[in-house]
Amino acid sequence: MRPLDGSPPPRRDPAPTRLSYRLHRLWLTPFFRALLRIGIPVFCLVFAAAWYVGDETRRAALFDTYYELRRSIEQRPEFMVAMMQIDGASPEVVQDIQEILAIDFPVSSFELDLEYMRGMVAGLDAVEKAELRISPGGILQIEVVERQPAVVWRSRDGLAVLDAQGHRVSALQSRAARPDLPLIAGDGAQDRVPEALSLFAAAGPIADRVRGLVRVGERRWDLVLDRNQRILLPETGALRALERVIALDQAEDMLARDIVVVDMRISARPTLRLAPGATLKTGNTRTTQAGAIEG
Amino acid sequence: MTDLYQSQRAMRRMRKQAMDRGVIAILDVGSSKIGCLVLRFDGPDAFRGGDGVGALAGQSSFRVIGAATTRSRGVRFGEIHAMQETERAIRTAVQAAQKMAQTRVDHVIACMAGAQPRSYGLEGAIDLADSTVREEDVARVLSACEVPDFGDGREVLHAHPVNFALDHRSGLNDPRGQIGNRLACDMHVLTVESAVAQNLLYCIKRCDLELAGVASSAYAAGLSSLVEDEQELGAACIDMGGGATGVSIFIKKHMIYADSVRLGGDHITADISKGLQVPMATAERIKTFHGGVVATGMDDREMIEIGGDTGDYEHDRRSVSRAELIGIMRPRVEEILEDVRARLDAAGFEHLPSQQIVLTGGGSQIPGLDGLAARILGQQVRLGRPLRVQGLPQAATGPAFASAVGLCLFAAHPQDEWWDFEIPAERYPARSLKRAVRWFRDNW
Repeated sequence: MRPLDGSPPPRRDPAPTRLSYRLHRLWLTPFFRALLRIGIPVFCLVFAAAWYVGDETRRAALFDTYYELRRSIEQRPEFMVAMMQIDGASPEVVQDIQEILAIDFPVSSFELDLEYMRGMVAGLDAVEKAELRISPGGILQIEVVERQPAVVWRSRDGLAVLDAQGHRVSALQSRAARPDLPLIAGDGAQDRVPEALSLFAAAGPIADRVRGLVRVGERRWDLVLDRNQRILLPETGALRALERVIALDQAEDMLARDIVVVDMRISARPTLRLAPGATLKTGNTRTTQAGAIEG
Repeated sequence: MTDLYQSQRAMRRMRKQAMDRGVIAILDVGSSKIGCLVLRFDGPDAFRGGDGVGALAGQSSFRVIGAATTRSRGVRFGEIHAMQETERAIRTAVQAAQKMAQTRVDHVIACMAGAQPRSYGLEGAIDLADSTVREEDVARVLSACEVPDFGDGREVLHAHPVNFALDHRSGLNDPRGQIGNRLACDMHVLTVESAVAQNLLYCIKRCDLELAGVASSAYAAGLSSLVEDEQELGAACIDMGGGATGVSIFIKKHMIYADSVRLGGDHITADISKGLQVPMATAERIKTFHGGVVATGMDDREMIEIGGDTGDYEHDRRSVSRAELIGIMRPRVEEILEDVRARLDAAGFEHLPSQQIVLTGGGSQIPGLDGLAARILGQQVRLGRPLRVQGLPQAATGPAFASAVGLCLFAAHPQDEWWDFEIPAERYPARSLKRAVRWFRDNW
């Protein structure tokens, strides 16, 4: 007694078709399920992203948006640096630092490469150590430890001031500008500054007569006194040799005599060279004018 | 016999594969319904390893995770007679069971009710080479059994070694390791029509399923509905299906005889349909709701509307008393039981120590059947239901599912069959390399 509206009669023995049976079995296969659940969404996402980025203008717009966003964050007042403060430096060094950094404030702290800037500041001759940091309130804080000048070095290029380790501190216009510092000269002298300083210290008793140290042949020192006297020191054991000379001087008043060279290069055989006609002039000591040598 | 040996071993390998994968399907192709169960082998027993049968006879190793039945079509007398229809029905059942289990099954164990099973008792004996029985000796004595001519187009379905005898000691279950001179064995072989079996295999193959085993449904029903002491002492299981009634006799936990009567519940329905002049569907409904085999005075007064949709008022308003219905059903049920009786007599059932008879199958639900069966078959008759397995839906626990549940047990723990033993070297064809290898292995 089914209705006569043309609807199909109910199926008596419904059975899946071969195709639907196979599809159902395929659907129940775990690998296939995993492929559908993970593989297809991933593929769709990757495909959509690739299609979107594939277009030149869209890609440019994407990058523009990114940079704009980045800039707007960088330009926030919290990240701006307004001024620079330099501690522990003399006015000339401060000026040098300002020149080489050449920052026009205000600037975003993202644009400051502190490590690079520290390298630049530390690269200055007069600077031994530099620390840079951005302190709250937008201040670029630079703490500088300057090199302490120890000797004046006369080289082929002119005069320079070196610190106790032999690093160049600054150039010097004339020797007279720093008469308090001892003088060294000669090629390679700048590499042996600590030794030179110890030699100067040893020469304390005759300090008023010392003109300077000359590096000879980049291997040994000559101590130059006034009256063109020279003490030739050996390559090794220079300090000991100098002490022997000082001891001789104190005992025998040797350097006050008319001697041009005290040759200590061979420690077993110290040699003296007398000035020409020295015997004639004994007792008639001649004073030489002490004075600065023009640089 | 080598062909059979290879194909049966291939099925055993399939079963092993399915066990490794953990999922196997049970397919009961009957004349009235096609049932499919999906088993998952993940119980505590599944990973136990070792020898012997585990807890609950191996049933705790599996769980039923999908069950479906569909009305059978294209099957008559437990045999396929319209393959396309049967294939569709199998597809329906398998798909529904898969859907319930939410998993895909590739391996299936099937059973069939018809195909004219025939039982043979075989015996063989060998002299042992050395006095201890080894596994090869068991294989040799099994292949020494004298195989009768089964006839054309018949195939072996089961070959169970039932009994071993060593010298004068008989009744051994497992002779391995025992000492004696002469080993004899009794083997029960069940053959079926090979064409019918091929049809079933073809249908299953068409559904993209791999066959992992075939069993006789009478055997499977006996496995599930006979309790342990009945199997031990001797009992017959009558599986009253739709198109065929299976008979199997068990003793000492082995099936020693199986047969099938080509009559079943469908014939009762057909009788009702003819007798009351109603369609088969109505007849089936009347049979299941009002059927019976013992009429009482009350039944004369109980009128059943049998209906109809011809448009003729007189015809559509017919009613019939329940006594009349019983009058139609009873002769047919008696006929079935008489046939079963004849089969039991032919098998020598009366010589068994215990003659318990268990009625199961969908047809055994007719009210009053046990009383009628007691008159025909003997006093010890009971109605059997399959034992309960884990996860089986309530709807599938009735006697109609006896063979399906029996197949579950068969899948979980099959009894040793002839092909579970290595084929002895002398059965290989001469000059084969395998034979040489075997000979070396046996002798060194």
